[in-house]
Amino acid sequence: MQITVKLFASFRAGRFITAIREVEAGTTIADVIGQLRIPLQEIGTIMLNNRHADPERPLQEGDRLALFPLVGGG
Amino acid sequence: MDKIIRINMTDLTSKVEAVPAAWAGLGGRGLTSTIVAAEVPPTCHALGPYNKLVFAPGLLTGTPAANSGRLSAGAKSPLTGTIKESNAGGTAAQMLARMGIKALIIEGNPAGDAWYHVHLTTAGVTITEETELVGKGNFAVIDALEARLGKKTGVLTIGPAGEMKMTAANISVKDPDSKIRSHGRGGLGAVMGSKRIKCITIDDAGAPKVEIADPEKFKTAARAFAKALLDHPVSGEGLPTYGTNVLVNILNEAGGLPTKNFTIGQFEGHEKICGETMHDTIAKRGGKTKHGCHAGCIIQCSQVYNDKEGKYLTSGFEYETIWGLGADCCIDNLDDIATADNLMDDIGIDSIETAVMFGVAMEAGILQWGDSTEMLRLLREEIAKGTPLGRILGGGTGSVGKAYGVTRVPVVKNQGIPAYDPRSVKGIGITYATSTMGADHTAGYTIATNILNVGGYVDPLKKDGQVELSRNLQIATAAVDSTGMCIFIAFPALDIPECLPALIDMINARFGINLTGDDVTNLGKHILKVERQFNLDAGFTNKDDRLPEFFNTEPVAPHNVVWDFTGEEIDEFWNF
Repeated sequence: MQITVKLFASFRAGRFITAIREVEAGTTIADVIGQLRIPLQEIGTIMLNNRHADPERPLQEGDRLALFPLVGGG
Repeated sequence: MDKIIRINMTDLTSKVEAVPAAWAGLGGRGLTSTIVAAEVPPTCHALGPYNKLVFAPGLLTGTPAANSGRLSAGAKSPLTGTIKESNAGGTAAQMLARMGIKALIIEGNPAGDAWYHVHLTTAGVTITEETELVGKGNFAVIDALEARLGKKTGVLTIGPAGEMKMTAANISVKDPDSKIRSHGRGGLGAVMGSKRIKCITIDDAGAPKVEIADPEKFKTAARAFAKALLDHPVSGEGLPTYGTNVLVNILNEAGGLPTKNFTIGQFEGHEKICGETMHDTIAKRGGKTKHGCHAGCIIQCSQVYNDKEGKYLTSGFEYETIWGLGADCCIDNLDDIATADNLMDDIGIDSIETAVMFGVAMEAGILQWGDSTEMLRLLREEIAKGTPLGRILGGGTGSVGKAYGVTRVPVVKNQGIPAYDPRSVKGIGITYATSTMGADHTAGYTIATNILNVGGYVDPLKKDGQVELSRNLQIATAAVDSTGMCIFIAFPALDIPECLPALIDMINARFGINLTGDDVTNLGKHILKVERQFNLDAGFTNKDDRLPEFFNTEPVAPHNVVWDFTGEEIDEFWNF
């Protein structure tokens, strides 16, 4: 199935901004993070279809996954 | 020995006073709010002779503590009618602290049309008539004062907006690069203008170092504190690399980026104005991606943004400004937004209030959505020159809404709502509604926990836990705002257990006292209650702690949610 992965801030370096990726059914968010070689402890915020999500969450066809390192401002 | 300097602009005199015992343990916001509450009649006209403008460095300002160089300014706000504290970086706070000036209180209004220059040295205060700088923009004022008094001179100044007593006018503070930081919110520049003070200069030559009661204890605590700031990913890496503007993309993704005057929660042009793009643009043009607003800042969230020719365009280019002129006004040209940021510094007008105002002005049809050329013209030709239209615009968001009959006017207590939609980030809605300052995201920055996973996580789309979250953050913020610390120390303080105790140890070592964590919490609660009482005495009630009606009735995409807190639920905030 196809999902869209969006990367932000330092995660973009050497990777991409947005990519369509083919993943197998049952793939979790953590699996995608692993495939991207992003250490899980560097993940600040995960958003799946504009909602916060946990890494254990299995992905569905057409999901939009956004990965952020820990960032802040204000 | 610490002292209070009191300047009376009615008779152009000044005096030095001992610090009353009740004020000895206070600094920054705690002190400005205490003085305003004690000495300003809450029902007075904010631009009349009974209002007072108070400046105070924080409890740790002037010490080697990292990030402790913020200056608080307080008064009754002409924008909101409430009490106001606004803090800024720059060089003035540390100079005042070294000179032992715990607070500078400016009272009275002079008769006549003359403008004045107040000069502070270790020898005392001089008040002289100012003619050369009247009508000048803030950059020219700083250049002229450095030429007149020396490069190291500290400067507080108002631009044309403050001179014209526009309620969105700010007070500019010279930063270490002779550029500008701002006491932005609440129209304090108009209060300074009402007192006919164009500029305040500070020469701290001969001032001693700030005394520290227990230097060894201080050094140990300061080291632990700085380590926490550098170790936390937000203050140690994210902010120095991308600045506060890193928030554009995360708020956009969360559907909380108010767009087109708060009608949508996401902006199509987000990639063109985001922190990542800004970082790459700055690097490519030879600007500075890291920069501090005051000496001793180790977070360095500021930056120097150059134009296409590599020449200085602006600095201290913040998320709220970029969001406001960007997403909220549908302008996707970062260079035009930077040009506006610089113009607002020069005119001396709050970049948050003005950005939110332009969203309403576009809705009113004064200019078209996304028309940055006309936006820049309105700043240069109408606001800076004080034409009738410029004065309406310079009155801020509520002023334009009223003049043009707009009903979608994002304000609380007449102060423009900043960069986070309260329908899709509900905790910040509680802060906007209840803050003693009017809509102010910094008063209790729930974005940390609602969006950024700092200090835990509270679902931004649910009502559960938001009142408590906002309350705890507002209490902590009131205390931190009293130390002279940058509010961004809250990111490590929320996550790293050693950070807050180190901060308290520094205060204890500085003064030779024994505050506990509970004492600091109680200080925060006390400050909020003092400010709240001022507002109640000024005529505000719990019914003013509400968001504008359209948030209740207009669902915002992509979550299609409304603001759904009842009045009773909001009022729970004050149960402490």
